[in-house]
Amino acid sequence: MPTVTVNTTEVRVPEGTTVLQAARAAGINIPTLCNLEGVHAPGACRVCLAEVEGARTLVASCVAPVQEGMKIKTNSKRVRDARRTAVELLLSEHNGDCQTCVRNDDCELQALAQDLGIRSIRYEGERGHKHIDCSTPALVRDSGKCILCRRCVSVCGEVQGVGALFPQDRGFATVVGPAFCSDLGDVVCVQCGQCSAVCPVGAITERDDIEKVWDALNDPTKHVVVQTAPAIRAALGECFDYEPGTVVTGKMVAALRQLGFDAVFDTNFTADLTIMEEGTELLTRLKTALVDKGQVALPMFTSCSPGWINFAECFYPEILPNISTCKSPQQMFGTVAKTWYAKRIGKKPEDIVVVSVMPCTAKKFEAERPEMNDSGVRDVDIVLTTRELGRMIKQAGVDFRSLADEKMDDPLGASTGAADIFANTGGVMEAALRTAYEIVTGRELPFDKLHVAPVQGLEGVKEASVTITGAVPAWSFLEGVTMNVAVAHGLSNARKVIEKTKAGEANYHFVEIMTCPGGCIGGGGQPRLTTDEVRKARIAAIYREDEGRELRKSHDNPVVKAIYEEWLGTPLGHTSHELLHTHYKRRSRV
Amino acid sequence: MGSEKGCCCGCAPEPSEEDLLKRLDEVVAEYRAKPGALIPVLQIAQGMFGYLPESALKRVALGLGKAYSEVAGVVGFYSYFTTVPRGKHLVRVCLGTACYVRGGKAVLDAFKAKLGIDVGQTTPDRMYSLEVARCFGACGLAPAIMVDDDVHHRVKPGRISQILAQYSETKGEQSWQAESPTPTP
Repeated sequence: MPTVTVNTTEVRVPEGTTVLQAARAAGINIPTLCNLEGVHAPGACRVCLAEVEGARTLVASCVAPVQEGMKIKTNSKRVRDARRTAVELLLSEHNGDCQTCVRNDDCELQALAQDLGIRSIRYEGERGHKHIDCSTPALVRDSGKCILCRRCVSVCGEVQGVGALFPQDRGFATVVGPAFCSDLGDVVCVQCGQCSAVCPVGAITERDDIEKVWDALNDPTKHVVVQTAPAIRAALGECFDYEPGTVVTGKMVAALRQLGFDAVFDTNFTADLTIMEEGTELLTRLKTALVDKGQVALPMFTSCSPGWINFAECFYPEILPNISTCKSPQQMFGTVAKTWYAKRIGKKPEDIVVVSVMPCTAKKFEAERPEMNDSGVRDVDIVLTTRELGRMIKQAGVDFRSLADEKMDDPLGASTGAADIFANTGGVMEAALRTAYEIVTGRELPFDKLHVAPVQGLEGVKEASVTITGAVPAWSFLEGVTMNVAVAHGLSNARKVIEKTKAGEANYHFVEIMTCPGGCIGGGGQPRLTTDEVRKARIAAIYREDEGRELRKSHDNPVVKAIYEEWLGTPLGHTSHELLHTHYKRRSRV
Repeated sequence: MGSEKGCCCGCAPEPSEEDLLKRLDEVVAEYRAKPGALIPVLQIAQGMFGYLPESALKRVALGLGKAYSEVAGVVGFYSYFTTVPRGKHLVRVCLGTACYVRGGKAVLDAFKAKLGIDVGQTTPDRMYSLEVARCFGACGLAPAIMVDDDVHHRVKPGRISQILAQYSETKGEQSWQAESPTPTP
């Protein structure tokens, strides 16, 4: 454990600690633009320079390890001048326009220039080549704003194992982008938007669809409904300076009403519906395998996360039969809203506009998939990310913090705690087990507070086993069977689970995959910057929300019960099959 | 590349792209387990195809389990690699420091004028491609150029016609004219 001195503070840190980490441990902030704790420290931006006594040059603190007795200065004239030069050089190339940039007020480069008191730029020269790539429904890239920090490269390549982005060309001509500077739409990109979640500037952002929503709200012939995903309520507050992990469901509902939506509904409702369908699908697959000895693909993988679906279609098409055929809750909602709900309120599906608010950019892509039109028209019309909703509320002049809590509308606003936890890694698995176990045994899942503790937390791959005892007669074939489940978040972890399964090293029955680290609460459309601390705070908030509910199991949702009685019949029935299930297609890997 | 046509001198027809890709697969299989395989595989691929076509690069990416963007990034980084077909002979003019100060730029301009092409381009008859290079390690003999694998020292603009002539009429090689589409008798 070396002891080092940072400015005037002495601090003892573990071996291998970087100068940057040591400074933070001493309560001293060194600014960075490229460093992404635990993921990426390329020493590329040169903003984190620090002075080490006895060293010839300044060191990039994010990559320089500390040594015993090191004396580090973070605020000497030499450091300040160098840091300022680095930022001025970045600004001199940055082909941006702060006043109209979507990242205005949410930009790390802008904030740093402000912190350093930069009032003029001493360097004048060529600016970065500006190419706007709007080839995908989810993301927009602006190469002129890119500062080449390569955070997106690490997140896309290492965290997600996709590798759509990499530095192309060399020197001043360097562009971080797809192969040979092509557009994202021309290469394999799962649209997860993790790149846009870590970009320090406005070089990669979600496609902004706010105007489309305003247009719909201004159209008197349209009945505009909104659905909000489970992960929104634990993050939207951050757009209004609430601490991460503040649940703002009631204010969110009030704000959506003020924006002018005709009905404020909940994707949680169709999360509960998903559990009914997906849980039944799992049990049916098990029955086919164990009783009928038929050919059936196991383990079954969850299907809620559209980035994961894109990933599987491109990289593991051989496991597509293993993926649940259930549409994601977003798409189930669109179909239910434009069929069952439309009929209830006497509207035609074409007169209803379904707007989603999602933590996710891939949901924009999912809503545009050609097959997602089972209601006869596009099932989900417009998808906003959490960040866009935050901006829209500001555009409307709504004072979010002063809003009084309001409740979701009937009928598609009804939900249970099982739906809340769809927001985080392990949640869909836990929700499914709460229902499946009870269907099979007639008893509650035998875990403390109904939580499947082994699949909670931020470990990349988590496993659990549940042994079924006391099965009811209909499911007696499962008596004594130990169900093995796995949960992975972040697509490189998904890859590990798939490889393990393919190699016969694991005998899973059910696998939950969420595209983004931490699950949807860490989605590509969430407020920036999502660190592990933020993930933990949002997840804790979601579990509190779940525990505070009267109903915590999807099959207890009264409207879900009603929808089966009135309309769907049984899970996996004919209507369900037609409207709530989908199919996947093999796509190219390069 | 990849044409089925044999050449008029009776030598064996060039292998088709399909054949080359098959051979590339074998190379990739051989290198797959080796660390740092990407650059040697790309070098071999360029040697086989004469350049790096998209089909070959995608094969390399798939075979080595690399992202296509990374393969493209490496190809774009090194001036040695090219994704456009090169001419029969590659002229590389060194613009490293020593060559630059001893007139490398004038030599480059002379080649541009003589061949009628810019850097990175190939003459319409596919005989010559022109590239800029950074140091062959022949600084004492600057300015230096390379034509294919031959280094030429102390090149002056006035000498370039003479240098090129060696490659236009080398014994056993096809002349400019033979490259142009002449019907077989």
